[in-house]
Amino acid sequence: MNSDSPSHPRPGAPVAWLFKMAWRESRRNRSRLFLFVSSIILGIAALVSIYSLGENLQREVDLQAAELIGADIAINSNRDLSPDMQRLVDSLGDRQSSQRSFPSMAYFPAGGHVRLVQVRALEGEFPYYGRLQTEPAEAGASFRNHQAALVDKSLLERFQAHVGDTLRLGALGFRIEGALIAAPGQTGLTAAVAPLVYFPMRYLAATGLDQKGSRIGQSRFIKFDQTADIPELVKGLEPRFEKELLDVDTVESQKEQTARSFGDLTRFLSLVGFIALLLGCIGVASAVHILIRERIATIAVLRCLGATALQAFLIQLIQIATVGLLGSAIGAGLGTALQQGMPLLLKDFLPVQVQSRISWPSIGQGMLTGLLVSILFALAPLVSIRNISPLHTLRVDRSDLAQKDKLRWLVYLLIAAFILGFSALQLKAWNKAVFFTLGVGAAFLLLSGTAIGLMRAVRRFFPNAWPYVWRQGLANLYRPNNQTAVIILSVGLGTALICTIIFIRGILLERVSLSASGNQPNMVLFDIRSTQREPLLALARSHGLPATGTVPIVTVRLEAVNDIDAEALAQDSTLDMQRWIFTREYRVTFRDTLTPTEQVAKGSWSGRWEGGKAPIYVSVEKKLADRNHIRIGDTLTFNVQGMRLQTLVGSLRKVEWNRVQTNFFVVFPVGVLEKAPQFHVFVTRVPDAPRSAAFQQAVVRDFPNISVIDLGLVLSVVDTLLEKISMVIRFMAMFCLCTGIVVLIASVMISRYQRMRESVLLRTLGAHRRQVLAINGLEYLFLGGLAAFAGVLISMAGSWTLAHFVFETTFRPDLLAAAEAFTAVCALTVGIGLANSRFVVNRPPLEILRED
Amino acid sequence: MPPILSLDHVSKTYQSAGHRLTVLDAVSLTVEEGSTLAVVGPSGSGKTTLLGLCAGLDSATEGRIELNGVRLDTLDEDARARVRNLYIGFIFQNFQLLPTLTALENVMVPMELRGERQVWNRALELLDKVGLSERVHHYPSQLSGGEQQRVSLARAFSNKPRILFADEPTGNLDTETSARIEALLFSLNQEAGTTLIVVTHNVELAARTGRIIRLKGGRILSDERTTPDCQQPIPPRT
Repeated sequence: MNSDSPSHPRPGAPVAWLFKMAWRESRRNRSRLFLFVSSIILGIAALVSIYSLGENLQREVDLQAAELIGADIAINSNRDLSPDMQRLVDSLGDRQSSQRSFPSMAYFPAGGHVRLVQVRALEGEFPYYGRLQTEPAEAGASFRNHQAALVDKSLLERFQAHVGDTLRLGALGFRIEGALIAAPGQTGLTAAVAPLVYFPMRYLAATGLDQKGSRIGQSRFIKFDQTADIPELVKGLEPRFEKELLDVDTVESQKEQTARSFGDLTRFLSLVGFIALLLGCIGVASAVHILIRERIATIAVLRCLGATALQAFLIQLIQIATVGLLGSAIGAGLGTALQQGMPLLLKDFLPVQVQSRISWPSIGQGMLTGLLVSILFALAPLVSIRNISPLHTLRVDRSDLAQKDKLRWLVYLLIAAFILGFSALQLKAWNKAVFFTLGVGAAFLLLSGTAIGLMRAVRRFFPNAWPYVWRQGLANLYRPNNQTAVIILSVGLGTALICTIIFIRGILLERVSLSASGNQPNMVLFDIRSTQREPLLALARSHGLPATGTVPIVTVRLEAVNDIDAEALAQDSTLDMQRWIFTREYRVTFRDTLTPTEQVAKGSWSGRWEGGKAPIYVSVEKKLADRNHIRIGDTLTFNVQGMRLQTLVGSLRKVEWNRVQTNFFVVFPVGVLEKAPQFHVFVTRVPDAPRSAAFQQAVVRDFPNISVIDLGLVLSVVDTLLEKISMVIRFMAMFCLCTGIVVLIASVMISRYQRMRESVLLRTLGAHRRQVLAINGLEYLFLGGLAAFAGVLISMAGSWTLAHFVFETTFRPDLLAAAEAFTAVCALTVGIGLANSRFVVNRPPLEILRED
Repeated sequence: MPPILSLDHVSKTYQSAGHRLTVLDAVSLTVEEGSTLAVVGPSGSGKTTLLGLCAGLDSATEGRIELNGVRLDTLDEDARARVRNLYIGFIFQNFQLLPTLTALENVMVPMELRGERQVWNRALELLDKVGLSERVHHYPSQLSGGEQQRVSLARAFSNKPRILFADEPTGNLDTETSARIEALLFSLNQEAGTTLIVVTHNVELAARTGRIIRLKGGRILSDERTTPDCQQPIPPRT
């Protein structure tokens, strides 16, 4: 036996040699290799920008937490404090401010506009941290000195009102002192829903609005001038605060709460970014598959010369990993650049000013993720290298790659584990991560299935009678080395996401519109005092509006369900009930009949109390009852403005909430609450916007305390909200679509090498360049068409499911938007495909053959 | 001379479309160290399969193959790769150079795979021997067919093989270049004392070896010893 025998091997090639070979092998393929990983750049960019935003946001929240509440402690309540609590609160801190807030109608006499706003009557120097940002800047302080108000800037702009104009709140007129740009804890989103108006509290009584029946929020802002351990102080007082159902915020608690909320937002956005990354990974896997097919001969030669399967595998893996790392680095750079714009995109959601800084941990995290996914997804095709026989040097045979390799299943398992692990890390919950992983898997399977199904259908029902150019273009979809599945998957998913957002927005808006279609009411007036009922109805009639009556509303609290009260629920963690059922105020009504929007699901309706010792049967909304295990016959103890009232659950009602209608969680029978302090709600139908405006102006003039919401306002608020939310989601979805386009470009460029020889042969055989171009153009038209079709189809299916099961409404797809998306995707695919084909057809065949 | 290669009832069968196809049928032969041998026969006679099995590129269905005292039929693919790297040199009809490596790097690869150091000088020396000292940094696509085959020859001898397998080494070359490559092959072979096994259709090339084995239908039809005509001078380079 020779001393060099294989059983006594020499050390063999060192690891450094593997890197050297990887470098040598990549020489003439670097641009193509880069093309492979370009697909992950956008996904990494999305992740890095969101991670960076999250980190910057966390830092800013830490820095600006005090400015979020404007004081050291904020105590909020929906009712007057007890004398004991009043004394306690008065004793806290060195300086205090008070605020009362409630919705009310604001009337701009100059333009005759009215709008429901969130009024804040303020007393004291609040905010102690930060400031009320106004235009002019000094208005934030000067409005406190006289009968003046600060009004949300966007509201002023909308009604073309200016500083110096008059604003009427209730019975009192205020000079508009300044435009409010920002207030502590305020975001663009909250301003869109309920624009803020600040005025000095000493004028509240004169407005007459403090007598409103509606909920008035009370806040006390406390400032400590001396150093104090505030969290410890609040912790000690917590039991007393809880007993009075007070909501107490400190800088620390605000910090935690804000971080939690925005943690959820950035986690959600990072998952969308992760989907873009996964899409890119599909592109990587497909590209590496083609790369390995092309390198069979090279790998076989290496094997022939004595390289082991592992060495051959590692040489390829090193190349993929290196380019993956490079792609991730570029993605991280792009993400860092993009995150400069993220605060602008999310400005309406952010309660703090965010300074964008480079976040190295986010860059590191993004690059590591990029490296991991490019290796993981490349592994599936790379493991087939083990099967490449050195015999290929003697014979051309590609059956090795087609072998079923059990290792591939291990790779698939690793990929699934990675997705699960990553999503669990983002969502901080395994069950949600499992759902996310299954959802992603289902979407990918669905699109792949669609792609495979379409390819089979094309093959089976092939139009043999079509002209040659058409047949050739269509046949390219299923011929060897086609990129049909990967393009349909990537472009289709991007299209599906964008279309789903468009459809859902349509569903939500239509749902709101439908809620008041036909003769359904479309205007609600609330905070009506008993004495105002008749004059208001008369006013409505004088405007030609239907006015049959008002709905009485009594504010109550639920104290106990059977023996369980708030304290028992807090102490017993095994009780499956929502805590808020004891902390919230219920607005209940009393009547003897059901309305058209409700029906009894269980028990029997009891519309009238028989009096005396007869039990009081109330009706409870079914979902509320189900969630809190409230059953027929259970005892509900209410506190009706200080008086305890024991009732029995007589029936459970199903309620259609999606109507401009008065609906209630709890309905009392007639004969119980008539004497309780109450206010009324009036619902009516206004035929058009001008008559709505005229009626609202009349209501505000005659009954300044009454608030009005009409469908136009609801629609405009919903539209604004959806616009703001969908802009962010659309931005994230764009990452997916753009990744799809990059995968498309990469796939087209890769398949160029596959198609080149064929096109050159066709041209050599006499095909005109226009014919070759037409064949390629048709192939990409079919490809784009199928991808867009699959995407639109899936988004329609998804939107229908959402409409049917979640929004409980009919789905009417926006066909025009769908057609636009379809056309855009087709045009893009054909454009990219033809740009690529021109490279082949514009050069002499011999030149390309030589290059090849 | 002791045998460097021996085959004992070696068969190779494939399953094709449900049929069993015997490509090589119980072939036995012995090759002495330092000898030259040509395998000839019509297409489909099993020449390439025989070469693949002898060189450890494939495994036999039946029989025993021993190369330089190592039983190839008992080794797995990675161990056979090691055998190839240690003892075997290859020359292919289509050169099989690694397209992304320069001529010099192509010659260095077998030595690098063995973990040898200072391979640069030996590779340069070999390229000089085959007359390519001016083309060492060229890529295969920048070389003519004859030049590529000369790089292939240099690579084949780079790991000082005990046995050299050549599969139609002049099959892709014109007559003049073929003659030069043949002469170079035999000259290098003689100088190194390597055993040479050539698979070819080329009668003239076969005639230059000391033994000709004729295959037909996967069996040895004839095995004749000849007087090798390997002293022909190397024709001038074109």
